[in-house]
Amino acid sequence: MSLRETIIPILTVIAVIVAIWYAAAVWMNAQWTLDQAERAGQTVTFTQIVADTMGQDRPLLPAPHQVIAELWNTTVEKKITSKRSLIYHAWITLSATLLGFAIGTTLGVLLAVLIVHNIAADKSLMPWIIATQTIPILAIAPMIIVVLNAIGISGLLPKALISTYLSFFPVVVGMVKGLRSPEPYLLDLMRTYNASGWQTFWKLKWPGSLPYLFISMKIAVAISLVGAIVGELPTGAIAGLGARLLAGSYYGQTIQIWSALFMAAALAAVLVGIVGLLHRITLKRMGMAR
Amino acid sequence: MNLGWIVFAAVFWIGAWGLNEWLVRLKPGHVLHIRTINLAVPLIFGLTILVVWESVVHGFSISPILLPAPSAIWERIINSTPTLWADFQQTFLKAGLIGYALGCSAGFAVAIMIDRSPFLQRGLLPLGNFVSALPIIGIAPIMVMWFGFDWPSKAAVVIVMTFFPMLVNTVQGLAAASAIESDLMRTYAAGYWQTLIKLRLPAAMPFIFNALKINSTLALIGTIVAEFFGTPIVGMGFRISTEVGRMNIDMVWAEIAVAALAGSAFYGAVALFERLITFWHPSIRAG
Repeated sequence: MSLRETIIPILTVIAVIVAIWYAAAVWMNAQWTLDQAERAGQTVTFTQIVADTMGQDRPLLPAPHQVIAELWNTTVEKKITSKRSLIYHAWITLSATLLGFAIGTTLGVLLAVLIVHNIAADKSLMPWIIATQTIPILAIAPMIIVVLNAIGISGLLPKALISTYLSFFPVVVGMVKGLRSPEPYLLDLMRTYNASGWQTFWKLKWPGSLPYLFISMKIAVAISLVGAIVGELPTGAIAGLGARLLAGSYYGQTIQIWSALFMAAALAAVLVGIVGLLHRITLKRMGMAR
Repeated sequence: MNLGWIVFAAVFWIGAWGLNEWLVRLKPGHVLHIRTINLAVPLIFGLTILVVWESVVHGFSISPILLPAPSAIWERIINSTPTLWADFQQTFLKAGLIGYALGCSAGFAVAIMIDRSPFLQRGLLPLGNFVSALPIIGIAPIMVMWFGFDWPSKAAVVIVMTFFPMLVNTVQGLAAASAIESDLMRTYAAGYWQTLIKLRLPAAMPFIFNALKINSTLALIGTIVAEFFGTPIVGMGFRISTEVGRMNIDMVWAEIAVAALAGSAFYGAVALFERLITFWHPSIRAG
């Protein structure tokens, strides 16, 4: 498929979304303008309404350019160390995300190895690993944060643990599938080489499971970010993208909410993109790229 | 510290572990026995966790503020059933289920609508995949601002969360019918709608159910988290955040138990429905 065939449809859809967004901004913010005008005893024309809806301080729906202006203000024009810099908040969230993702992936791989090599673990652990995911961990994030704070663990780790809880699951499922993916004839071949279990693992099963690992890691890193953001909600809105969301909703700062959302989206895109890039490079070097 | 409880926990754990190791090494001939063992092993494991949890809480005298014992949580569930039921109604039956139904049907409907336009598909699919990776839960404060404190704002969050997985999966599913089957439909002179209903939709069902299953967990999470941003004085998310503030951790665990039970039951119901609808699929025929 050529570049034109993929880029043009996407750009068209994005253009339509932006157009709808502007229209919705006018429609949703017009009421406030009309109310203000009525209170002042003035009448406003349609063009005045449109002009006003584009630049309100606390619009119901900020126009795209307002969000972009806020993003520019809070990233480029503020010092990174400033509490009002979005980069500072994004870094707080990112560090929790990465720590949680690292712990979650390690834990997931270890559990998968255990499950693949021990029948008892397979039969007893697997149903409960699935059951853990029916517990809405995001819902109990506040309790985990508060309880861990009470026993003296605070800062990065509690948030990271929520990310861990969310991210280990796709890794376990993907790795179990991956470690079992080598065909029986390949295992037989290893046996004819008189390979030990250890050698079979490192030379056959582990390389064979890498494509599965990377696909799982893409999912895991995305939900790690969600976990870190939700983990920041109950900390009393101190720092991080989640805290920005919460503070914005308390004070009706819609532009702040939207810019935090866009930052989170950009962060998610970059993280998933990096894992995707690692995926491609690794598979290429291993000669598995298609 | 109470040594008796800890020794008991250790002994129980080792005993249960040994029992499980023995059970999985049995080679029963009868199908019924295999099924019983497959059911018993995870149950023993779960029971072990509960017993060890209970013993460790008593053994190390852990404060109920940090970690209440399972028996205390159970007591709390029994004592506050009306509150739990009201929260469950508000969060799951109203916001969760309505949002789930609307979001899934909207995703499905849009997938059918763009089915005949490859241009829109190429434009919307990458976007849908991208949005699925985003922390959509962040729109909760905006939805609360737009739709008020009551359940409609939570349902709106769930609609947005469930829409994209459904869209992407349905579009993929509609492409799943093989060329041979499509050609067969053409030899029958079947029209677009006939092909859609008789061949492509049934072939898409495994994908659609995949989305339904993913969305069933998303719906509950979305509702509960959205309730952190403002809610009337009922609902599971509201209860969790206020009871944490009042250090009633056993009530929080009671809500978690209800949420886990509801989530598992919901997932199980969807999975059961999937077995009924896609009985022809190899993954179901085999098991």
